[in-house]
Amino acid sequence: MSAAAPVSLAAPAPDASFDVERARRDFPILSRQVHGKPLVYLDNAATTQKPLSVIEAEREIYERFYANIHRGVHLLSVESTEAYEKAREKARALVNAAETKEIIFVRGTTEAVNLVAQSYGRKNVGAGDEVVISALEHHSNIVPWQLLCEEKGARLKVAPINRKGEVLLEELEKLLSSRTKIVAVAHVSNALGTVVPVKRIIAMAHAKGIPVLVDGAQAAPRLKVDVRDLDCDFYAFSGHKMYGPSGVGVLYGKAKLLEAMPPYQGGGDMISSVTFEKTTYNVLPYKFEAGTPNIAGGLGFAAAIDYVSAIGIERIAKHEEDLLEYATGRVSAIAGVKIIGTAEEKASILSFTVEGVHPHDIGTVLDRDGIAVRTGHHCAQPVMAFFKVPATARASFGLYNTREEVNALVAGIENVIRMFR
Amino acid sequence: MSTDLRELYQEMILDHGKRPRNFRELPGATGKAEGYNPLCGDRETVFVRVEGDTLRDVSFQGSGCAISTASASMMTEGLKGKTRPEAEALFTKFHDLVTGESESGDGGPELGKLEVFSGVREYPVRIKCATLPWHTMKAAWKGDGHIVSTEDGAEASPKDEPKAWSSR
Repeated sequence: MSAAAPVSLAAPAPDASFDVERARRDFPILSRQVHGKPLVYLDNAATTQKPLSVIEAEREIYERFYANIHRGVHLLSVESTEAYEKAREKARALVNAAETKEIIFVRGTTEAVNLVAQSYGRKNVGAGDEVVISALEHHSNIVPWQLLCEEKGARLKVAPINRKGEVLLEELEKLLSSRTKIVAVAHVSNALGTVVPVKRIIAMAHAKGIPVLVDGAQAAPRLKVDVRDLDCDFYAFSGHKMYGPSGVGVLYGKAKLLEAMPPYQGGGDMISSVTFEKTTYNVLPYKFEAGTPNIAGGLGFAAAIDYVSAIGIERIAKHEEDLLEYATGRVSAIAGVKIIGTAEEKASILSFTVEGVHPHDIGTVLDRDGIAVRTGHHCAQPVMAFFKVPATARASFGLYNTREEVNALVAGIENVIRMFR
Repeated sequence: MSTDLRELYQEMILDHGKRPRNFRELPGATGKAEGYNPLCGDRETVFVRVEGDTLRDVSFQGSGCAISTASASMMTEGLKGKTRPEAEALFTKFHDLVTGESESGDGGPELGKLEVFSGVREYPVRIKCATLPWHTMKAAWKGDGHIVSTEDGAEASPKDEPKAWSSR
């Protein structure tokens, strides 16, 4: 039994430049056609495509050693368990957590936020207390806190953003008080691409003894994340946005906090003993992992972490920065196009509107050119309301995108304008 | 522009999308309803002035894509003066046209200019853009005052939305 190695990427020399054409060959789907045109996949903030090594890792477990984990004494169960726990160790190393028991496997970022809201939140947030978020949050980092506040009679406070789409830190700081029980903020905005200075926010909150959850769904595939350097209390991210399978993600939590939290769900694997009178809960991380998890997904996730690490997250970040800079220049030069989200520090997400053309029409026309972009409110309706647009079109880049694809996008937008003017 | 896109975005649709007719509030309206597509955040309000069983006037306001704006605009033109059974028959006919459930020659009322929406059937995710104004008009006529959503199972036929989706 062994986890599949990345298919064509032997570890490159640290200073070697990134070979995007070589990386593209690792992603089988990129060779398909859409409406008779080559696929130009620019919807990476929604989800990313998978390299062959990830696909093979899921295939390998089912073909060679699949069984339920943490249970059987038989060999397949032992091998599956070892592989799954190895995945946890890879996730730990990825974000530099102190211990593997601080890595809780969940379905994705959304479940991670709900876990913290329902477990930490229900225990620690009471009537009259406050939860602080920012105005650029995804619905997944708004609604779980609204549910909690509604149940407890607590208040949700929202730190505003400026016209560039940057969180106003001094305003956020003013919201922090003895009533604030937790702060929850995105590391990178999914709708605007803003990189939020979470380290400073964490320091501000900690100065008042308030824990911080960071929604890292968009950051994990694009930035080097170090939870100990950030000193965040919780960090949530998804496998499927970083070239891994859907249905698997991670909640990182500081051991001290996780240990004091009640279980989130009851079931198998999260207990150490059960009688009808009393149940004793399992230790971390299993206390929060009720039921048979996404075992094959976990192994695919591990392969994705290997893949990203072999290239190097810094190199991916540099490549995407170049693409974003190039795309921002070219797209903003088109008459009638407005970029929504112009933060000083941005990740590779480009939201835009075209004067007189609805984003859905942009999306349909681009699709016929083989170009996949997201159109709509990006599950961030308060952000759309702030910029007074019902929706935007959003191009988001991944490690396999190229300048030629940006050129195709630009030609596509020009085509849209010709058609609707 | 490719031929199949031209099938969807016919000249008349582009024209009504850019310059919608009856795009205003309706003085003396006897009913109005709000239509909402949570997938894109689009909202539109349809106003009706009904006398007896007849739709004397109909108008709309709001923001939407070219398909939904043109659909609302051409709907207001097509429905003015129609009785309720006539309007319902036309809606059924239009609905079947855009969902691909029938061809235009299948009997019932003449769709006339509304035939230009036949291309929508090739774009499953856009069908609801075309039908939302009609569902909203129906609610305005009934006067039940609730917001019509494209995701509201009671109002929208399941055929309106073959694929539900939501992602980050």
